[in-house]
Amino acid sequence: MNKTRIRVLVGKPGLDGHDRGAKVIARMLRDAGMEVIYSGLHQTPEQIVEAAIQEDVDLIGVSVLSGAHMTIFPRIKELLKEQNAEDILLMGGGTIPEEDIVSLIEAGHAEALFTPGATSTEIVSWIKSKLESIKEDVV
Amino acid sequence: MSENFLRWKAKYDAQRERKSPFFTVSSVPIDPLYGPGNAAEIDYERDLGNPGEYPYTRGVRPNMYRGRLWTMRMFAGFATAVESNERYKYLLSQGQTGLSVAFDMPTIMGYDSDHPRAYGEVGRVGVAIDSLQDMETLFQDISLDKVSTSMTINAPASIIWAMYVVAAEKQGIPAHKLTGTIQNDILKEYIAQKSWIFPPDPSMRLITDIFGFAKENVPKWNTISISGYHIREAGATALQELAFTLADGFAYVEAGIKAGLDVDDFAPRLSFFFNSHTDFFEEIAKYRAARRIWARHMKEKYGAKKEESLLMRFHTQTAGCSLTGSQPENNIVRTAYQAMAAVLGGTQSLHTNSMDEVLALPSEKAVQIALRTQQVLAYETGVVNTIDPLAGSYFVETFTNQMEEGAEEYFRKIDELGGVLGAIQENFFQQEIADAAYRYQQEIESKDRIIVGINDFVNEEKEKIDLLKIDPEVERAQVNRVKALKQSRDNIRVQATLDDLKVAAQGSDNLIPKIMDAVRAYATEGEMIAVLKEIFGEYREQAVF
Amino acid sequence: MNKEVLDQWIARSFERDRRATAKLISWVEDDIERAHIMRSVLKETGRKMVVGITGPPGAGKSSLVEALTKLYRARDERVGIVAVDPSSPYTGGAILGDRIRMQAHGTDRDVFIRSMGTRGHLGGVTRSTSDVLRILEGGGYGRLLLETVGVGQSELEIMQMADTVVVVLNPGTGDGIQAIKAGIMEVADVFVVNKADLPGAERMKNDIEMMLNLNGDTRPWRPPVVLTSVITETGVESLYEKIEAHQCYMLETGQRDERRKERLRQEVWRHWEDKMRAVYETVWEEAREERVILHQDDPYQLAQMLWEERFKGG
Repeated sequence: MNKTRIRVLVGKPGLDGHDRGAKVIARMLRDAGMEVIYSGLHQTPEQIVEAAIQEDVDLIGVSVLSGAHMTIFPRIKELLKEQNAEDILLMGGGTIPEEDIVSLIEAGHAEALFTPGATSTEIVSWIKSKLESIKEDVV
Repeated sequence: MSENFLRWKAKYDAQRERKSPFFTVSSVPIDPLYGPGNAAEIDYERDLGNPGEYPYTRGVRPNMYRGRLWTMRMFAGFATAVESNERYKYLLSQGQTGLSVAFDMPTIMGYDSDHPRAYGEVGRVGVAIDSLQDMETLFQDISLDKVSTSMTINAPASIIWAMYVVAAEKQGIPAHKLTGTIQNDILKEYIAQKSWIFPPDPSMRLITDIFGFAKENVPKWNTISISGYHIREAGATALQELAFTLADGFAYVEAGIKAGLDVDDFAPRLSFFFNSHTDFFEEIAKYRAARRIWARHMKEKYGAKKEESLLMRFHTQTAGCSLTGSQPENNIVRTAYQAMAAVLGGTQSLHTNSMDEVLALPSEKAVQIALRTQQVLAYETGVVNTIDPLAGSYFVETFTNQMEEGAEEYFRKIDELGGVLGAIQENFFQQEIADAAYRYQQEIESKDRIIVGINDFVNEEKEKIDLLKIDPEVERAQVNRVKALKQSRDNIRVQATLDDLKVAAQGSDNLIPKIMDAVRAYATEGEMIAVLKEIFGEYREQAVF
Repeated sequence: MNKEVLDQWIARSFERDRRATAKLISWVEDDIERAHIMRSVLKETGRKMVVGITGPPGAGKSSLVEALTKLYRARDERVGIVAVDPSSPYTGGAILGDRIRMQAHGTDRDVFIRSMGTRGHLGGVTRSTSDVLRILEGGGYGRLLLETVGVGQSELEIMQMADTVVVVLNPGTGDGIQAIKAGIMEVADVFVVNKADLPGAERMKNDIEMMLNLNGDTRPWRPPVVLTSVITETGVESLYEKIEAHQCYMLETGQRDERRKERLRQEVWRHWEDKMRAVYETVWEEAREERVILHQDDPYQLAQMLWEERFKGG
């Protein structure tokens, strides 16, 4: 199959409104040729997953600065599973301590987590190589 | 240009620059040298004035830090009211006289801890306050006439403040004895921080209701802290922070006047809150320009007569957005430079960030280092010995002028868009900030801007530091507490006060007394906000990138 | 992809599986098995009318879509929404932010919102949009709403996909003049002056009425002008009624079928265009090296020559 355009849902789950990171990322992914669906602020995991399904995105990217990452990431994954949409990848960023990053990744609650300072080159190339490798698996 | 200058310029141009262009953290290009030619226009009396004299460029008090140091005010609050109360009592026992309360996100957004939207966020980034009960616990055994309390609360400020005033009332302390500050700056929420609840018009009404109520009943309270901090954190340049914050300040002044208040009745209670980023001279120029612009506009445009109406007093916090997740100890150094800029810029109080704030709520150890940073600055470096020591520097004065001119240009643009509210609706601020944030990130990616530990001088190994953890049990305890309250209180009385509030919200009377009645009946924050939402509606942004 | 698997996805979409509907849309957008998918979908669809909503950026289109959706939902109708935003002409990327203003229905499984980028090619967008709407219809969404930014030719084309075109303008903005310039006056079936709580709304309504008078429009349907405010929640019912009235008119007068025939004509032409472009590219490639002599041939002559060789002479 020949998917021509990577689609990403960028969302801000939870109650904090610090959207600088989410917006800069959205713009960078657009400039890398992707279609970015921006879900806006103050989203529940349910809203994010429903949007991801309707928009048929390849990837969800969320920014969490409220300290609620240990509940938000597992919840999004759980909802994706309920909807048979486990093939939608989940990446995130924000104020997340290294220890929590390790445990979230190990538990499969996210495919990648970036901390403040991560560059767009890093993020874009991760997305592209990850989606590329999945496509090969399917074929 | 003088012959002398041209001679030097020829020599300079003959040599190679290490990089080009040289620019500030806000991407403002900087000349290699500033000299008498740059500062020729400056008139000491008109543009600087002595410290404590109009236009206050050199500071708001004649003696500045030789009289009294700035207040070292560290922002704290976490988990439930019980835990935060213990932390406050400890801080007070250590000689601190001012408290600074951080609230959790559900409180900031007007949700009770048992609301589904609060799930996972209770007590995370600050203390959870649902009702008067929590406020009483928060200040248990702390006499509210003995402390000044700063509360970082905006959209629901009227409710949280009413809880504080009623908590004092229950301690037997009359409102007129209370001192402190509420942030209460909704405009910068629409512009930058995005913790809004209601649309602009009813939000502005709540703010002027607070102004009016405070003037009669809580006269020593700082009713607003007009904040550039969050505008900067959202990605604005130093100039944008300065211009947008002052524009907000003028909008509040205009709203107060429009609501029938005399400018000198509320202007002395307005205070400001700025960011301090790492670009040293740019920050100092920003603070000096801010005082001068405020004084000039208040006097000339708004006809303020009292000296206190002209003085811009401000709190400063070092830049959270400058901290890096990698090599977090480097953040101590960044914070120290930023703190020094704030002090050389004449701040009245200062919060220094802890090195780990980019990763979690600060640990006790990290907070102590941050506080010690201020103490070293105050007692060892000697920068406090003389007032406004950088005045007369060709560079700093030129940069100060440049800041003022740039801000005036922004004021004109904002006016053209119909003032601050019009400009918000047109997404003017939001677009300016998004563009600046994006440009900054691109400069980092292209290495035109070097951030130590991020795009240069990187350590391969990840550093580990000890972080503060919030027990998930906290959330359950707080949820149970608010549920129990909703069972045990007089619910008929609660409903009656909420109905009253609703009726009042439809009219135009001052809402604060009605809110206080509901608070006294132990109505929760979430219940009051829900009633007001019915009448006021909810704000939604149109996102720009 | 295996046709059998594909047919299973199509069947699932008809059984109201949202995931399957979403996948079909992606494949059609990406031109994967498009003809096969659409053959099945078009067999089952085409009965539902499409309401197109256009107007300048910031006019409040998404909020109106949300408000209309609320009315449809109150009548227990399922709503499919397509929101089109421009893609960057340089990178092909896009930021699609219309969902932000439709959050009231964010978790309602009887509302399906799909954001689309224009992906830089004219015509193609139109085709995808119309296909996507039909896929939504096949997925059981009976009310079809299409929202675009009302600037530029491509949006006008997209609007031809709609059976009822609603043009949203704001008071005091000069939107009216812009609308005339953009040729929107001609395509509008219903005008909305949104944000009617702002000053100048009545005046704008009068201006539009006046322009309609000047146009000397002889169509039996005169576009009504509705004042709405999403903030004070006024006028949306009235908009709903006008849309219903227009759809009745379209059905009763046979206008709907007229419009659809015209649409079909254009669509067939677009397919032809694609085929002819391919033919042309080969012809040009063959001729380019030996036959085309710069400074001697002019394009008129060359065009005539190559056309005749290919379609008459051959």
